[in-house]
Amino acid sequence: MHFLKLILRNTLRHKLRSGLTVLGLVVAIVAFGLLRTVVDAWYAGAEGASSARLVTRNAISLVFPLPINYQERIRKIDGVSAISHASWFGGVYVSEKNFFPQFAVDAKTYFDLYPEYVIAPEEMKAFRADRKGCVIGRKLANTHGFKVGDTIPLRGTIYPGAWNFTVRAIYDGAESATDTSQFFFHWDYLNETMKKAVARRTDWIGVYVIQISDPDRAAEISGEVDAMFRNSLAETLTETEKAFQLGFVSMTEAIVIAIRIVSFVVIFIILAVMANTMAMTARERIREYATLKALGFGPSFLAGLIYGESLMIALAGAAIGIVLTFPVAAQFSEQVGTLFPVFGVSRETVYMQAATATVVGLAASVLPALRAARVPIVDGLRSIG
Amino acid sequence: MPILLSYTLRNLAARKLTTLLTSGGMALVVFVFATVLMLEEGLRRTLVETGSMDNVVVTRRSAGTEVQSVIDRDQAAIVENQPEVAHGIDGARLASKETIVLISLVKRDSDKASNVLIRGVGQKGVELRPQVGIVEGRMFSPGSAEIIAGKSIAERYHGARVGEILRFGQREWTVVGIMDAGRTGFDSEIWGDADQLMQAFRRPVYSSVIVRLNDARGFSEFKTRIEADPRLTLEAKQENVFYAEQSRVLANFIRYLGLILSIIFSIGAIIGAMITMYASVAHRTTEIGTLRALGFRRATILLTFLIEALMLGAAGGVVGLVLASFMQLFTISTMNWQSFSELAFSFTLNTAIIAKSLAFALIMGVGGGFLPAARAARLDIVDSLRAA
Repeated sequence: MHFLKLILRNTLRHKLRSGLTVLGLVVAIVAFGLLRTVVDAWYAGAEGASSARLVTRNAISLVFPLPINYQERIRKIDGVSAISHASWFGGVYVSEKNFFPQFAVDAKTYFDLYPEYVIAPEEMKAFRADRKGCVIGRKLANTHGFKVGDTIPLRGTIYPGAWNFTVRAIYDGAESATDTSQFFFHWDYLNETMKKAVARRTDWIGVYVIQISDPDRAAEISGEVDAMFRNSLAETLTETEKAFQLGFVSMTEAIVIAIRIVSFVVIFIILAVMANTMAMTARERIREYATLKALGFGPSFLAGLIYGESLMIALAGAAIGIVLTFPVAAQFSEQVGTLFPVFGVSRETVYMQAATATVVGLAASVLPALRAARVPIVDGLRSIG
Repeated sequence: MPILLSYTLRNLAARKLTTLLTSGGMALVVFVFATVLMLEEGLRRTLVETGSMDNVVVTRRSAGTEVQSVIDRDQAAIVENQPEVAHGIDGARLASKETIVLISLVKRDSDKASNVLIRGVGQKGVELRPQVGIVEGRMFSPGSAEIIAGKSIAERYHGARVGEILRFGQREWTVVGIMDAGRTGFDSEIWGDADQLMQAFRRPVYSSVIVRLNDARGFSEFKTRIEADPRLTLEAKQENVFYAEQSRVLANFIRYLGLILSIIFSIGAIIGAMITMYASVAHRTTEIGTLRALGFRRATILLTFLIEALMLGAAGGVVGLVLASFMQLFTISTMNWQSFSELAFSFTLNTAIIAKSLAFALIMGVGGGFLPAARAARLDIVDSLRAA
């Protein structure tokens, strides 16, 4: 008890210095947590993917479409319980910086494959009845203030022209990892418009989404789908939804790696600050340590004092930092809007924050503790700091 | 003043560990700051040098990228025959009708797939890009299933070295050459014959038309005519502008993320400097009193401590820059969100970045040193002489 009290007293001796160190730790811990959350957000699409869904795309690359008549052939494969399709629309809402993903989907079947998009039954009915209607996610609706009944104008980039859609339904995510920044509309509407404009581009879709009854057969069914269309005009590549999403992440992997590295750089910066504080503290107190030694306290007691003080400062900084991470992350998420559809501080991030703070606290005291433990009593008493 | 300067230096030397740790923290911040600027500069240089002032890229209106653009054959012919388009030595127009698609290739190191841009170029396509040279093998011959790969594609993707074969569009394509485009965006592309590629991909349309103008000043006239022509739904951009726009999102992302991080991190380093400087002032209270008693002014004391903080910052800045300069050895390759294809670029250091980084380091020094220095300057002579 006295030991703890002594540590606390020591910590409060230089209030300014301890306060500044804690402040530095808070900044570093918040920055570290935020960067880790950004990395998590990068993988959010893959995290939210279901293992019971496969995605079939054109083998050349995603920009090549697939013919709509593949749908019935895939449906007949054993183990396929449902199939739908989606096409990337790539429209611009007012200006490029308001990016959000838009898909033309098969309105009858698509949402049956995605039970995590929760839509009120009457809104679903209204969407299916309106060929120019659309379904949007809650986050997208909040970002731009869209309400049911509003018209959303989009400028087509892949499909030229000015397009207007009426919001008929807003979906919520069943889980926190569900992406609610998307925009869905009727593929039939897109197809019929293209029929009038560019007949060559009718009856093509972007990707097929296949639901399988047994996730363990994913590899087998994928192989079967691809074999069916080998040597055809549009060869396919089928993979699990998770692999499909991870494919996107790996294309920008360099950025993820850079953010990871940077998140550890901030830890080293704060380690330098913390180690400096402890080094100065120990240096000033060498005389006291010598006195304590002369009184009969062992080197481990002195080391304990130093490690204890360092840990106390580190953990105080970590506690405040972790508490602050949540409002800062919420604010950040609001600022970037639909750029990161899912942005939440995970439990692992909090554990990592606490763990790094502890490591920083311990590592910062290694040198000062060694010095205090080793200093001969006479030299220590003679020291003037 | 020289006395005070050596006093400052000796003080820094007396507390080696503290000096090292404080400057070390700042060095890391400067490293991050400089690296981000170098990355942005590398990206800028790669894309700006890809385009030339004299060339014009014509794409479908509001397509944004060549991949999304579609130009019919008759529209392309109209563009090619505009009066501003230059003639080559053979009398033919200096125009290249190109088809651009993305294909998914597998990386050598990670076995992961990424999108690579493949460009079908017309007969004049190479002449329009003088920066492109063949460094290994030879040029593809028109009318054949031959392709050449950009340097950074050949290094990083399976099947893209000379003599290797890539299979797409129901055909096998032999890589016959490697092109070096002087670190421009073309290094991250694969080129082949436009007609062959269009056939293989069953695309009866072009993606873009690149033309060389007789005179770069004729651009605005050319642009106005193209964009006003009711037969065309196209837009024209100078090639360098076109490529700069291609990277805007990625460049902004790097810049903002980098700046925000540098500022947040610098708070940590400034706090480190403050702790050091406050301690420095506290240790030397008696000495400050002595100096003041000897006749040194408050302003001089302030300056002395500020110089000490600036030296800490300068040391951090130099070390951080030295560390960052090693990053020039690395190349980053990532997907450019706008073109949805792979782009390789390297960290590029220039004098502006060196100056900015050093200034940033000095600002951190002043930020950390000002309050402690002000405290030192405000000390009362009698009180400070009495302090133990």
